[in-house]
Amino acid sequence: MSDIAVEARNAVKAFGQGDHAVRALDDVSIRINRGEFFTLLGPSGCGKTTLLRLVAGFETPTSGMILLDGADITDLPPNKRPVNTVFQSYALFPHLTVAQNIAFGLEMLGQKRGIVADRVARMLALVKLEALAARKVSQLSGGQQQRVALARALAPQPKVLLLDEPLSALDLQLRKEMQVELKRLQVETGITFVFVTHDQEEALTMSDRIGVMSAGKLQQVGSPRDIYTRPVNRFVASFIGETNFLPGQTVPGGVRLGCGAVVDVVGKRAGAVTLTVRPEQVRIEGAGATGMPATLTSLVYFGTDTHCHLALSDGTTVVARVQNPTGGDVGLAVGQAVSLRFAPGAAQMLED
Amino acid sequence: MSAREARQVAASARMGWLLSAPALLVLGVAASGPLLIVVVYSFLEAGQYGNVEWRFSWDGWVGTLFSRDIFDGTLQLADAHLTILWRSVKLSLQTTLFTFVVGFPTAWFIATRAPRARAMWLFLITIPFWTNLLIRTFAINEIIRNEGLLNRILLGTGLRTQPLVIIYSDFAVFVGMTYVYLPLMVLPLFAAIDRFDMRLLEAGYDLYASRWQVLRRVILPIVRPGIVAGSILVFVPSLGAYVTPRILGGGKNMMIGNFIELQFGQGRNWPLGAALSVILLVIVTVALLVYVRASNRGSAHG
Repeated sequence: MSDIAVEARNAVKAFGQGDHAVRALDDVSIRINRGEFFTLLGPSGCGKTTLLRLVAGFETPTSGMILLDGADITDLPPNKRPVNTVFQSYALFPHLTVAQNIAFGLEMLGQKRGIVADRVARMLALVKLEALAARKVSQLSGGQQQRVALARALAPQPKVLLLDEPLSALDLQLRKEMQVELKRLQVETGITFVFVTHDQEEALTMSDRIGVMSAGKLQQVGSPRDIYTRPVNRFVASFIGETNFLPGQTVPGGVRLGCGAVVDVVGKRAGAVTLTVRPEQVRIEGAGATGMPATLTSLVYFGTDTHCHLALSDGTTVVARVQNPTGGDVGLAVGQAVSLRFAPGAAQMLED
Repeated sequence: MSAREARQVAASARMGWLLSAPALLVLGVAASGPLLIVVVYSFLEAGQYGNVEWRFSWDGWVGTLFSRDIFDGTLQLADAHLTILWRSVKLSLQTTLFTFVVGFPTAWFIATRAPRARAMWLFLITIPFWTNLLIRTFAINEIIRNEGLLNRILLGTGLRTQPLVIIYSDFAVFVGMTYVYLPLMVLPLFAAIDRFDMRLLEAGYDLYASRWQVLRRVILPIVRPGIVAGSILVFVPSLGAYVTPRILGGGKNMMIGNFIELQFGQGRNWPLGAALSVILLVIVTVALLVYVRASNRGSAHG
């Protein structure tokens, strides 16, 4: 048995004909490992849901292959794939109760009544909905419906669970609770989860690995830490968290920025490049220190920290995040002259 | 409630009665009135030359199921009456079933078209409705009679040497009623399928259901209100159908409607006709009650 649970090879999905054809997926190859929590992250229209639907079997690729455990399932209909989906709209059966919804998959597989009842009971306990087993699904709250959808998809014990933005309809508090729940469930059941979302914070907190997508292409795959600290291109850098873009020129010893300072960065490109630095990696020091001279243009209070907007000597804007000290303020004023340093290794050179 | 509020409530209640008075009057006179007359007539004696004699008699009701032997006056089960009742129920059920079998795929097809095309398809289905019932039935007659379109094609192409005799049979009535009542089945089915969330199909397939299982376990239970509505809309009028069995069944294949008409015409037995009408009304009311109960149960899960 291979370690790769799901694989897409050169998957292309085009809608429409000829000149008007739109490529929702443009030659996407991806490998998802067994037992991992993998997130497909990207803005609306990037193709993440299309890719998920290809794995589920609701769409067939225009070209390319989909493999499950090494076997080619590209031409298999969805009811023959040991893969289950939690839909964005939940798609619960309105004419059935909670327990009947959860039992549906097992009944379609022809399982005996005793086994079905037993599994349904365990699923209800897993999502903590035992008291609502006989309720019709239309009488449930959004969060409860979400848990029923989850239980229904987990009941047949699929090899892979696909989740299509399942938390997008929930309010913030519930969302955070469900994020913890989902992570716990994934670890407990050991099932490979493929999670689709546009919320980068969600992706960072829950995933083992993230695949960032944009305009039908896979931009970067890696752990949350890799994606955050070492983004490969402008899109990934700006989509995840906040970042500063600093244009410069490659020189011996690093990259010279517009303001004249040379940043010690090693990268593959020569000539004109762009550096990214995360706001929390920008250190603000007194005006006379050894860093880059800058002026504070505004301060924005964010509760846990303060965003400081600064301008370098050539006009380039930099945002720095400073943690608010307990019982005091950061001690900076608009218009103040300061000196900036980047934490060692914080600056990244973008590949594009 | 203050005195002024009480006066306002009473005033608006009075206003309500005044405004609904015309409607209540019409309903009372035009609907319940004639109904009451029919019920009363069923308990009277038949007149010599039609109409009724104002004397109480059970003959009307007895005559629905029994006939009196003219020689010795004993009562026997009237086979002819029972045949007519049974034919009516049988044909109505067959029509309802067949219009469902044909109507469901039709409604599904229309509901899954693009919104603009949908309007056109609905228009096509309802066009026959704008035509007079008599003309529609004669149109079917033109197709299925011995020298009609169907037979001309069959004989002309050599597929048959003798004409296919369909006309003046139960089957001809069945064909006619199916054609006439099909839109009444398609439209409520379309409305129910239009409301159906198609994403549930994907959920069904995702959970290992075959196409047949999705139909039986997901689609049909959810569109059931539409099925019930369509069935009632076809069953009730077809039970009381009069024109279609008259034209396509000939004189011999009578349904309840024709039988009732006979009593008020040549049969000269108005009480019997009235009693039969009441029986028809009872059957229809029972069917409507079934509908109401079925759709209430259905809407419990809203």
